[in-house]
Order: sequence, then C-alpha cells, then structure tokens
Amino acid sequence: MNFNLTEEQQMLQDSLRRFLSNEYTFEKRGQIIHSGKGVDETTWRAFADMGLLGFTFPEENDGLGGNAIDTMLVMDSFGRALVVEPYLSTVVLCGGLIRDAGSDSQKAAILPAIAAGEHLMAFAHSEPGSRYNLSQVVTTAEKTGDGYVLNGRKTAVLHGSQANQLIVSARSHGDIADPEGVSLFLVDRNANGLTVRDFATHDGHRTAELTLDNVQLNHDALIGEQEKALPLIEKATDLAIAALCSEAVGAMEALNEATLEYLKTRKQFGVPIGKFQVLQHRMADMFIATEEAKSMAILAASEADSDDREERRRALSMAKALVGQSARKVGQDAVQLHGGMGVTDEMLAAHLFKRLTLINLLFGDADYHLGQVSDQLLAATA
Amino acid sequence: MDLNYTPEQDQFREEVRKFLADNLPDDIRQRVKQRLRPTKEMTQRWQQILFKRGWAASAWPQQFGGPGWDAIEQLIFEEECAVAGAPRQLDFGLRMVAPVIMTFGNEEQKERFLPGILSGEDWWCQGYSEPGAGSDLASLRTTAKHEGDHYVVNGQKTWTTLGQHADWIFCLVRTSSEGKPQQGISFLLIDMKTPGISVRPIIMLDGEHEINEVYFDNVKVPVENLVGEENKGWTYAKFLLGHERTGLANVGQWKALMNRLKELARESRDGQRPLIENVRFRDRLAQLDMELRALELTVLRVLTNESGPGPQASILKIRGTEVGQALFELLMEAMGPDAIAHIPDALDLGYEGPRVGAADAAPAAGDYFNMRKLSIFGGSNEIQRNIIAQMVLGL
Ligand SMILES: Cc1cc2nc3c(=O)[nH]c(=O)nc-3n(C[C@H](O)[C@H](O)[C@H](O)COP(=O)(O)OP(=O)(O)OC[C@H]3O[C@@H](n4cnc5c(N)ncnc54)[C@H](O)[C@@H]3O)c2cc1C
Repeated sequence: MNFNLTEEQQMLQDSLRRFLSNEYTFEKRGQIIHSGKGVDETTWRAFADMGLLGFTFPEENDGLGGNAIDTMLVMDSFGRALVVEPYLSTVVLCGGLIRDAGSDSQKAAILPAIAAGEHLMAFAHSEPGSRYNLSQVVTTAEKTGDGYVLNGRKTAVLHGSQANQLIVSARSHGDIADPEGVSLFLVDRNANGLTVRDFATHDGHRTAELTLDNVQLNHDALIGEQEKALPLIEKATDLAIAALCSEAVGAMEALNEATLEYLKTRKQFGVPIGKFQVLQHRMADMFIATEEAKSMAILAASEADSDDREERRRALSMAKALVGQSARKVGQDAVQLHGGMGVTDEMLAAHLFKRLTLINLLFGDADYHLGQVSDQLLAATA
Repeated sequence: MDLNYTPEQDQFREEVRKFLADNLPDDIRQRVKQRLRPTKEMTQRWQQILFKRGWAASAWPQQFGGPGWDAIEQLIFEEECAVAGAPRQLDFGLRMVAPVIMTFGNEEQKERFLPGILSGEDWWCQGYSEPGAGSDLASLRTTAKHEGDHYVVNGQKTWTTLGQHADWIFCLVRTSSEGKPQQGISFLLIDMKTPGISVRPIIMLDGEHEINEVYFDNVKVPVENLVGEENKGWTYAKFLLGHERTGLANVGQWKALMNRLKELARESRDGQRPLIENVRFRDRLAQLDMELRALELTVLRVLTNESGPGPQASILKIRGTEVGQALFELLMEAMGPDAIAHIPDALDLGYEGPRVGAADAAPAAGDYFNMRKLSIFGGSNEIQRNIIAQMVLGL
C-alpha cells in the first residue's frame, strides 16, 4: 500500500496549480461566468496543451494512458480554483464512455478531437422525476430500417448546450425502470428534432434541458451493445462521482485555508476571533471532515476503474455519501465563521460553499448514496 | 396545565382566517407561496390592508393603535398570515424601533413616528453593525457630535437590510469615548434623505440585493431625534435586540414551509415511487416536524411567561433559525437536480420563460444559500450560546 504520488504526478499537480493560480483568478472566473459561454477557449486550449484533455485516453488515441488517480489530481486542483469548464462532462463522462465502450472508429473519431480541445461533449441521461435512479429511462429509441428514432426529455445535462455532441440514453425494451433495454447513442448538437435549453447553474457552470422529437440516427450512433447500456452508465457515473469527490476535497481544502486565514485576521472584542475556543473546535472539526473526505476520494479514485461492479459501486457510494456530508458541514461552517462576509458574493468562500452544495446534488446526494450502502448491506446479510 | 386552545382562541383563529381569505390580494399570495420576494409595493399594500382592519401591529398595545392582543393571539395571527401566504411584515419599524420609541421616547416622538410605522408609509432600517463592529457591537465608531441644535454624524454602517428602500434609519452612534465602550453610545433616528448619506448595495451570495452599506458624511441630525438620554443608547439597543430575537423564531413561516415540503413529498417522484416513500427523506421530514413542534411549544412557553422572555429569547433565536435553515435545506434536496439551475428572471413577477421542475424550484437553492444569514444576524448563534452560558447558566 502506498499513498504517494509519482514524481510525474507531483509535477503535473504543481504546474496545474501554478497555472490556475496565475491565470484562473477569481476575477477571471467571474468574467467567464458572466460571459454566459460556459467555457473559456484560452483556458481550454491550455488544458489541451498540458495534456489534461486526453489524460485518461489510450496512447493510440492521442492520450496519455492515465487512470482515475490522474483524474483525481486534476479535479482536486479544479476544485481549489473553482474551474467552471466542462471537464467532467467532456473528458470524464463522455470521454470515459467512448474509451470504455466505443468502437474503434468511434474512439478514433472522438478521443483525439477531445484531447486536442476541439470537441466538447455532454452526457444526457437523467430525466424529469428520475432523480438519482440510474435505471429509469422513459426516453424511447425506436428501431427503424437504417437506424433509430429517439423521443423524450432529458434534464440536468451538464454543459449540454456547449457540447458539439451528446451521449443520450434511450430505451427500446422493458418497463421504464428495467435494467435491461437501454442503449446509448451519439447525437449531434445540431441534429434535427433536438432542442437544447441552456441554463446557468448556481455555481457558475451550465446545465441544459433537452427535448428529443423524432431525432433520427444511423446505426453507427450506437455506443456498445444494444439494450445493454446500464452497466456502462453506472461505470461512467462512478467515474464522475470519483472526479466530483476529488473536486470537493480541493474545494474544502481551499475553504479551510480561507477560513483559517479569516480566523487569524478578523478581530472582535480586541482579539482575533480564532482565539475563541468554540471557533477553534469548529475549525478543527472542519479540518477532520476534510481529511476523512480526502481518504474517501482516494478510495473512490482507486476503485472507479474497477470492473468488479458490486465492490466498485459500494466504494463509490460510500465516498459520495461521506464527501457530501463533509462538504455540507465544511461549507456551512466556513460561511458561519466568516460572519456577514460569508454570505456576500465578493468572497471566494461563498462560491466554494455554493459549488460544494451543488456537488452534493449531482449524481446522487449523501442520503441517496447512504441508502445505496444500506441496501447493499441488507442484501449481503440476506 | 392545558395545551388546548380555548374556544375563544379557536374562534379568533377562524376570524383571522376569514379575514385573510377575503382580503389578502391574490397576486401577493401567489408570489409568497412560490417563495419569491414580495416587492416593496406589496409589503406596503399589505400593511395598508392590515392597517384599515386595525391589525397593523399585532404586538402593539391599543393606546398606540395596536389590537391589544395577548401573546397567544399574536402567535395565532402570525401563523395564520404566514400559512395563508401573506408577506412578512417589516420588522424594523414594527418590532424594533417602535417598542424603543414607546418605552424610551418622548411624547412628541411617539406622535411623530409611530403612525408612519403603523400605516407602513415609513420604511425603516437598522443601523447597528459596522465593518469593525459586528458581534462586538459596542466597539462601534460612527460618531455623533453635539453642535447646537443638531448632531453631526460621521461614519459607516453596514449589512443594512433593505436600506435601499428606507425613509428612516435608527442608528447607534458614539457620542462619547469616555469610560467603557457601552457607555458612550446613543440612539438616533435619522431621515435617509438628509444630505451626506449615501447607500451602496452589497450583493449577497444568491445574487440578490438585500443588504447595503450606508455612509454618513457630516450628516446633520436635529437633537429632537435622539431617543432617551445621550450615552444611554446601549440599554435601548439591548432592549430592542430582545424583541428582534423573539421575532426570529418564525414559527408561522416554518409551518408554511413544512406544509409545502409535505405536499412536495407527495407530489414529486423519486423514480418509480412518490418521494414520501423514500424512507430516508421521510425520516428527515419527520425529524423536522418534531423539532418544529418543540419550537412552537417552547415559543408559547417563553412568550406567555409573565416575567417576559429575558435571556431565554436566545433559545428561540437559536432553535428558530436552525429549524428554518434545515427546512430550506431539505426543500432544496427535495427538488434535487431541479435545484441546480440558476434562473434569476424566474424570480421576477410574471415570468413565463423556461424553467426546470416545479415553479418553486427556482428559488430553492438561492434561498438555502441566503438563509445561512439566519444564524449570523440578530446576534450570531455563537453569541446567543455565550448569552445562555453566561446569563442563564451562570458559567
Ligand atoms: C444578511 C444580513 C443582514 C443583516 N442586516 C443587518 C441590519 O439590517 N442592520 C444591522 O445593523 N446589522 C445587520 N446585519 C449584521 C449582523 O448583525 C452581523 O453580521 C452579526 O452581528 C455578526 O457580525 P459580523 O458579521 O461582523 O461577524 P463577526 O462578529 O466578525 O463574527 C465572525 C464569526 O465569529 C464568531 N464570533 C464572534 N465573536 C465571538 C465570541 N465572542 N465567541 C464565539 N464566537 C464569536 C461569530 O459568531 C461568527 O461566526 C446583517 C447581517 C447579515 C448577514
């Protein structure tokens, strides 16, 4: 067992953090969000140049052959700097899906383009009312002579409008929550019958709602095996969860640093407020919660690539639940310890708090994942 | 001991309910039910309606135009208003400065200021906090120099809630630097139109303009606007904070929120089943239902206590704000992924553009963020615990 980063990983992390603290300042981030575009081209280009966009792709597809531990390093740094670009949807979710399940020609067409920073993608799976249940798909895929026709609605499609291409789940068989019968399809952003509604999110990212109205697809739009996509969806979701756990840890560490600094500098009653024992204990608890979250984020990253479904899903649910709980505690307490300053838009702390809050709501909140762990426990003792 | 309401109290509740059904304007009710902020006009219009009925100030005695209700009647009234979707009345005049004026002000001040507060014509804001004086309020530095028939005020107040709408601000100012910091503070009423006052917005983390900085640059305030005695302002300030804190228990509003949560739990889907069948969610709802009941009964016990709330008000402030924050959090989580979208326009009147999920999903996350303020203002919850530890427990 070894928790150390390799020299290469360490170097990458150092240079990424340096880049972000110089180039991706709080002000710059504010401008990117304000522009409403959801992605800053210069920043995205720089990520491509650093190799981040193809990090986890095979070398024959212009990637670096990395794994979820490498994603962890990137996301942790993104969490500190509150990066709003579509790394999660393009590289982790869609890139991961194509890498794991795409045909050779799909890989060749898509992965190098993502790695070069020329192709943005989004994952369209959740539907109104499905909440966090992965097997629920109402959107239909009707088989036709030369392909498929898709109809339905998708919600919470992260960076859906910024993407050139989407991966959409749809059902051609079974009840609405049947684990069998769901397939994944590549759909171009400008496909006929596809409507994309772009929204800002509270943490400066973008999300979209999709309507698919007789969207016609060719046979080669299918990813992986027909009607057998649920395991792929679970795997992609787990990669996303691992990435979000690391991002949350980065954000919590940054939030703790900001709060600690505030406790040392803000004076009331003639002393720095950090002299009050009740605040010291609160800060100590925030620190403990972050360390625990970090341990679970490492677990998540080391399990995310595993093909042992049961074991992987259990670890990922444990991680997401605990990180969600820690993020809530650290976020709320950081705001509280900042007093009035904590609820103002001008403070970094408030933005870290908002991102942490939304991370909990993505791909299953702490309660949902606690439920998953709990159900598994019951199944194992039965 | 009897936890039941008397027949008279039940009848009173019916009367309030009927009044609300007949008089609460539909546009206002809809807005409040969707948890969108009422506009200044709506708050004032509602105050006028209550004023005409003689119910403008539930806590005021009859001699000043109040209905003369006892504590239980006041709570019944507030609860019915909140549950029906009436906008929250503005505390700063009705519950904060008015009791100070009634108790410590002179006859002229009562005649001059109370009617405008009652009718809602005068919008008041609170000028206590300063950048350097938050929890340590007594360290405030805004000065008022007595020069002939007026004071000259210089300094800065901050976090001033809804100061952008205000006609008047009640301020704590330093009139002496002798002795302990508490000893040199005075309580001044200042017309916001006086030359030398400027108001600058502070944008909160939910993107809303709700609080402000207020600057005073050689602002001349007539001496007749001093309440009580010079350098005795700290006593009045603390008296006022007691009133502010009991107001923050907010049981009526939390009940309205609880009703909405129960409705959502029945109506919204968690995959194949209604959300209420999700046992983890239901347990949290049940927990809050229980805590809310405990809060309500505690409020009733504290407020019907003959000797007044005293430091017990801190219990209500802490639990009231904690329960409220937990309700807003659960509401956001009930909305789930529908809560992530930030659609500021959907918070405006008459919005008909695209949304995500239920109409009141739009304010859910923003409200959760915004409501973190509850444990910070009105004396932070840490300060309230210090008060309980020291004043109640004698530690
Ligand atoms: C949304 C909002 C609206 C407001 N509206 C108004 C208004 O209309 N008018 C007005 O005058 N003020 C208003 N306030 C100000 C509010 O009363 C202050 O924010 C509050 O008193 C805390 O002061 P502070 O923000 O300076 O925090 P600080 O006093 O700097 O506190 C920072 C942290 O230290 C803790 N702390 C401080 N001292 C101690 C101690 N002795 N022991 C333990 N912990 C301690 C606090 O609890 C807090 O967690 C508002 C505030 C907010 C957030």
